[in-house]
Amino acid sequence: MLPELGQLALILALLLASLQALLPLFGAQRGIEAWMRIARPAAYGQLLFVAVAFGILMHAFVVHDFSVAYVARNSNSLLPIGYCIAAVWGAHEGSLLLWILILALWTGAVARFSRSLPLPVIARVLGTMGLVSVGFLLFTLLTSNPFARLLPMPSEGADLNPLLQDPGLIMHPPILYSGYVGTTVAFAFAIAALLDGKVDARWVRWSRPWTNVAWALLTIGIALGSWWAYYELGWGGWWFWDPVENASFMPWLACTALLHSQAVTEKRGSFRGWTLLLAIAAFSLSLLGTFLVRSGVITSVHSFAADPARGLFILVFLGIVIGGSLLLYAWRAPRDNDGAPFAFASRETLILANNLLLTTACAMVLIGTLFPLFADAMHLGRYSVGPPYFGSMFYLLMAPLVLLLPFGPLTRWQREQASLPIKLLLPWLVVSLIGGAVAFVAMPNAPWKYAAGVAIGLWLVLGTLRFVRRRLAMDGQRFTAEMLGMTFAHIGIAVFFFSVLLTEATSVQKDVAVARGQQVAAGDYMFRFDGVQRATGPNYLSDRGTVSVFRGDNKIATLHPEKRQYAAGGQIMTETAIDPQINRDLYVALGEPIDARGGWALRVYVKPWVRCIWLGALLMALGGFTTAFDRRFRRKNETV
Amino acid sequence: MNPTRKRRLGFVLLALAAIIIAGTLMTLALRHNVRYLLTPTEVAAGKNADDQLFRLGGVVCEGSVRRTTGTLDVRFVVTDRVHQVPVRYTGILPDLFREGQSIIATGHMVGDGFRADEVLAKHDETYMPKEVAEAIARGKTLPHTPCAPPTP
Repeated sequence: MLPELGQLALILALLLASLQALLPLFGAQRGIEAWMRIARPAAYGQLLFVAVAFGILMHAFVVHDFSVAYVARNSNSLLPIGYCIAAVWGAHEGSLLLWILILALWTGAVARFSRSLPLPVIARVLGTMGLVSVGFLLFTLLTSNPFARLLPMPSEGADLNPLLQDPGLIMHPPILYSGYVGTTVAFAFAIAALLDGKVDARWVRWSRPWTNVAWALLTIGIALGSWWAYYELGWGGWWFWDPVENASFMPWLACTALLHSQAVTEKRGSFRGWTLLLAIAAFSLSLLGTFLVRSGVITSVHSFAADPARGLFILVFLGIVIGGSLLLYAWRAPRDNDGAPFAFASRETLILANNLLLTTACAMVLIGTLFPLFADAMHLGRYSVGPPYFGSMFYLLMAPLVLLLPFGPLTRWQREQASLPIKLLLPWLVVSLIGGAVAFVAMPNAPWKYAAGVAIGLWLVLGTLRFVRRRLAMDGQRFTAEMLGMTFAHIGIAVFFFSVLLTEATSVQKDVAVARGQQVAAGDYMFRFDGVQRATGPNYLSDRGTVSVFRGDNKIATLHPEKRQYAAGGQIMTETAIDPQINRDLYVALGEPIDARGGWALRVYVKPWVRCIWLGALLMALGGFTTAFDRRFRRKNETV
Repeated sequence: MNPTRKRRLGFVLLALAAIIIAGTLMTLALRHNVRYLLTPTEVAAGKNADDQLFRLGGVVCEGSVRRTTGTLDVRFVVTDRVHQVPVRYTGILPDLFREGQSIIATGHMVGDGFRADEVLAKHDETYMPKEVAEAIARGKTLPHTPCAPPTP
C-alpha cells in the first residue's frame, strides 16, 4: 500500500511542479500578480510531496519490503540499517529521487530566503526551477519508477553492491548532488534575467551566494568521492580520470569560472553575456554529469542500467535545456556595450585569463571524456583516453593559473600600474623559488615534482597572505567576508597543489608476495606480515590480515586489511587498512592467497601528504561558504 | 579603428590563438594517449602494431590461471571463444578477476603472448566490452574451441 502512496505523492509533486513552472512564468510575462504569487506555495507543496515519496522509499528499505523491485535489487535483510538508508540512493531510480528531493530543497530555500526580491524575479526563478523539476519527475515516473512492484515478492533481496557498503557512500552522493543541483539556482537566475530583459548586475548579486554554496558543496562532494575511491578501491590512487570523476569535475571547473566571472559582473558590470553563458554551461554540465553517470552510457560502478527509453529521454531533455537556453540567450542577450571599460593591466584581465584557462580545462576534460563515446557511436573503433592525456594537459593549463593567481587580488579593477603588484609580489616569488631550490637539493632523489610542489605551495600561500597584509594595513577598509572566503579558497588551492605534487613525487608502492612473518621495507618503514585469520561480519565472511609497521625499532601501527566475501552475491571486496597522519598515510591492502602455506599477495604504500589533498578541498569549500555569507548579499534590493 | 574596437580585436585574436594552441596540444596529447581495445580475434588477425600498447578485452579461460609459487607472476588465457591469447602479468589482480569473468588488460605483445602492465575487471560483474560480447556471440555459431591451459 505505502509504495503506491509514494508513487501518488510523486504524481502530485509533478502536478505542483507544473503549476510552479507555468503559472508564475506566464504571470511574470503578462504582469498578473496572482499567478506570480502561486510560485512560493507551489514550491513548498512540491517539497512536501517529494519528501513524502522519499520517506516512503526509505521506509521500504528499512522494513525490507522486497515486493518493491528497487528494494529487492539493492538491499538484503542482512544489510545493516545505516546502509539500508544509504541504499536508497545506491542505484539509478533512488538517486534520481534524491536529485529531485535536493532540487525541491534548494527551491524551498530560494523561496524562503529571497523575500526581498521583486515578485516577477522570484516568480521567474522558481518557475524555471519548476521546469527542471518537471523534467526530472517525468523522467522518474515514465522510465525509472522506484516504487514499481516485483511480483511474486522474493523472499530475499539481491544486496547492495558491496563496494557501496561504506560510510563514504552515505555522504558522497547527497553532497555531490547538492552541488550539482545547486547550479540550477544560478541557471534559474540567468534565465530569469534573460526573460526579464534586464541583464544587469542585480541578478548576479542575488545569485552569487547560491552559486558559492553550490560550488562549496560540489567541492566537498568531489573530495568525498576521491577519498572513498582512495580507501575503498584498494589501488591507493585518489584520482583516476575515470569518466565518472570527469563528469563531476567538469561542472566544478565551469562553476569555478562562473564564481569569478560573477564577481566581475556584479562589481563592474562587465562580462555580462559571458556570465550568463557560464551559468547555462555549469548547469548543463551538471545535467550531463548526472546522466552520463547514471544512464549506463559509461559502464562503471556508478552506472546501473542501459535502457534505450531512458537514453532517448535524456537526450531530448538535455537538448531542450541546452538548446532552449542558448536560443533564449541569442534572442535576449545584452547587446549594449558591456559594462565599464578596463585597461589591459587590470583585475578584469586577470579574471578573464582565469576564465579562459578554466573553461579550456573544462573543454579538454569534456573532449577526453566524450571522445571514446563519439568514436564508438561513429564506428571509428573502441578507444580509451588514458590518464596521461588529462595529466599532461592539466600541467600545461594549471601552470599559468598558479603563476597568476596571487596577482589577481592585488590588482585593482579597471586600471592598474602593472609595476605595483609585481613589486609587491616579487620578493615572495623569489622566496618561493628559493624554497623550491632548497627542496631540490635536500631531496636529490625526488623527481622535479617535489621541488615544484614546495615552490608552488609557498608561492600561493605567501602571495595570498601578501594580499591579506596589504588589505589589513589600509585604514578604514573592512576585510569583508568575501575577501576572507577568497583567502581560504586560495590557500586551499595552495595546500591542494602542494600535497598533490608531493604525494606524486614521493609515494612508495610495493606489490609483494609475502609469507607469514616476512618483512617488507617501504620508505622509512618496515611492514611485517603476521598472517591472516578468518572473521565474520554481519553480512560477509572475511580474511583478516595483520600487518605490523615499524619505524626503526619502534612499532608504530598494527593494521588489519581484509578480504571480504559477501554472503548475498558472493562478491569479493578488498578492505584496505590505513594508518593516517597529516603528513603521511601508511596504506596496506590484501591481494589474494598465493600458496597453501598462508602466503599472500600484499600491497603496501607509503603516501606522504595525501590527506592534505582533501584538506585543501575542504579549505576551498570553507571559502565558498564564507563568501556566501558576505553582508553585501543580504542588503535589501536597491537599484545599482 | 577606435580604441574599444581595437582592444576587442586584441582579445579576439588572443582567444583565437589560445584556442589554436589548445587544440593543437590536445590533438597531440590525444594521439599519444588513445588506446585501442582489441579482441583476441583481432589480435590473431594482426590488427595490433608491433610494440604498441593496446587494451586486450576478453574472458579469462576456465582452468587457465597458473601461478608461480612465492611470486606475483601469473599466467592465464584470454579468449573471445574464437581465438585465444596467452597473457603474463606480475602483480595483484583485481577483486573481480576470476575464470570465466571478462577483463581488460593493458599491455603489448611479446612474441605470441601478451605482456600485461595492468589488468582491470570491471566493477560491474555483468560488464563486457561490446565487441567482446559480439565476438562471443559470433563464436557460438562456430565450432567451439575449448580453453587450453597456457604452455609453460
